[in-house]
Amino acid sequence: MAETILEVTDLVKEFPVRAGLFQHQVATIKAVSGVSLSVDKGETLGIVGESGCGKSTTGRLILRLIPATSGSVKFRGEEVLDQSNRAIRALRRQMQIVFQDPYASLDPRMTVHAIIAEPMVIHRSRRRKAIAKRVKELMELVGLKAEHASRFPHEFSGGQRQRIGIARALALDPELLVLDEPVSALDVSIQAGVVNLLEDLQDELGLSYVFIAHDLSVVRHISDAAAVMYLGKIVEIGPAAQLYERPAHPYTQALLSAVPVPDPRKERARKRIVLTGDVPSPIAPPSGCRFRTRCWKATELCAQEEPALIDRGHGHPSACHYAEVVDVVSA
Amino acid sequence: MNDAPVDIDLELDLSASAGWSGPLLEVRDLSVVFPTDDGQVKAVSNLTFELYDNETLGIVGESGSGKSVTSMAILGLLPSSAIVTGSVKLRGRELLGLSEKSMQPVRGKSIAMVFQDALTALNPVYTVGSQISEAIKVHEDVPDDVVRARVLELLDTVGIPNPARRADQYPHEYSGGMRQRAMIAMTIANEPEVLIADEPTTALDVTIQAQVLEVFGRIQDRTKSSIILITHDLGVVAGVADRVLVMYAGREVELASVDDLFYNPRHPYARGLLASLPRVDGRRDARLNRIAGQPPSLIVIPSGCAFHPRCNDAHLPSPCQTERPELREIDVGHLSACHFAEDLPALSTSELSADEPGDASVG
Repeated sequence: MAETILEVTDLVKEFPVRAGLFQHQVATIKAVSGVSLSVDKGETLGIVGESGCGKSTTGRLILRLIPATSGSVKFRGEEVLDQSNRAIRALRRQMQIVFQDPYASLDPRMTVHAIIAEPMVIHRSRRRKAIAKRVKELMELVGLKAEHASRFPHEFSGGQRQRIGIARALALDPELLVLDEPVSALDVSIQAGVVNLLEDLQDELGLSYVFIAHDLSVVRHISDAAAVMYLGKIVEIGPAAQLYERPAHPYTQALLSAVPVPDPRKERARKRIVLTGDVPSPIAPPSGCRFRTRCWKATELCAQEEPALIDRGHGHPSACHYAEVVDVVSA
Repeated sequence: MNDAPVDIDLELDLSASAGWSGPLLEVRDLSVVFPTDDGQVKAVSNLTFELYDNETLGIVGESGSGKSVTSMAILGLLPSSAIVTGSVKLRGRELLGLSEKSMQPVRGKSIAMVFQDALTALNPVYTVGSQISEAIKVHEDVPDDVVRARVLELLDTVGIPNPARRADQYPHEYSGGMRQRAMIAMTIANEPEVLIADEPTTALDVTIQAQVLEVFGRIQDRTKSSIILITHDLGVVAGVADRVLVMYAGREVELASVDDLFYNPRHPYARGLLASLPRVDGRRDARLNRIAGQPPSLIVIPSGCAFHPRCNDAHLPSPCQTERPELREIDVGHLSACHFAEDLPALSTSELSADEPGDASVG
């Protein structure tokens, strides 16, 4: 039995919407509504979903970069959410984040050396000489030339910048990395290199990943387990291969069937589930099942009763009253 | 605003096009150079292709490969500092070098463009309905009520619910997918012969992308337009295009039918690109192929074949480093710009298609 490194239970985040002269709270954005998940040591959990489904917020909540409204995040059995600010710093050494935009997440006025060394300086984890040596090691580890340490971010391409971001995240020898859309700003040929690097680092260093992305193909490639989010909730979660080959929730099926496959014959033969309409506002999500307004299976029951995320006899949990396995990818 | 009435040029064009039997759009040796302080940026070099009636041509390439500049050059939308040479013919009529006044009736009427970012392409201070009406009235003198009916019909065609109410709303009241569909409605308002879509679904979520691609299919069935679909997403191309043109460093490296390109690619770059894709239907264990290095700067393009520094199959130094491979036909309708196009090994089935698992162990 693999060791569970991260355990998230009933995580909730609501953002107040304020308006008017006195900034009264007029509404609440329910960004994350009761998310539970766990990550095993050395494994990758992929979180997929469309814009606004709460996947990035979930990632930030796990690291407590934003405070949660309620719920629990346990890292190695230790509660993250009620730690003092001093204690959370120590915890963050073990949990790091890599951001999506390699252009915006690196300070343009710092050299690559300073960027990668900064976490070690802040956390006083090493002496100065040792830091310089470690920066070199890290740069080589992520496939950059150590002699480029004195350069500035603008001198690097997008893929190289993302490698700098990864090196920075690894500086404190973390155990868990939250990767928030780490490859979505990159061209495919460059993306492949970064994905391979992440896989190698995981093998070498025994890292655990929470891999957040909207690209279902990348998530399938890199994840051991995957969770599909819709409007602040996980609708289906399970081993990645099972989720992709035997999706049981209608939203997972629609999402998977919408991903184009680079195979013309298969594409022509595929039947696509085209959802109508757009995602409803998280300020006033639909009653019952949040997906019911766009679901072709929805009935009166869906409006009244929220379906629980439980195993409905398909080997993994899904949150649909009418869950039923349909192969939409290879069919 | 240019509100010149339909000029005589267009009338001539229409009468001339009646008996035209060649390709709808013919691009020959199109080159675009931007002079900059650092040197000349050769954004597009010697691009040649044809677009036929009712056809969808996919143009694929990564950032900086020149695909968007190509579409801007066709429409004459490049800044005056750009040096554009070559020829772009629509039904035999040369478009390059036309005056702004003669180009105006072509744009939007004969060739229309869907841009990537609908939020910046739409004017925030006019209602969506009025922007679509403007697109109609620029080219045609029709009464307001007829225009209004056309607008509602167009919005309905692209799948916008409740068109009568939606037409009076502003772009910010639309979601991302609806804005993109509204822009498509605007571009098809005059039933253009050629629709150029530049990364039309890149900013959209997959389920919304599926909706927009479905709209393209529907309007093509209805208007018989030809579509140039510019994208970096090979999956989108596989499902939508009839033929595919692959660009690298401003040059055309392969042009083939969609099946030939995906099942029998004859240029190392196209092959590398296909093998670098993670697949939603693929096996998890397969390692992604990465193309080593970076795309070149367009100021200093490598000698010989521009792809040679990143190519695993390059014969160095000669000829790949010394001689620029010309685009040549290696099979009927299949063009490749590689010295060794014929010698590249067949791609294993497992890399390309999951249909035949029996061959999965090859390669």
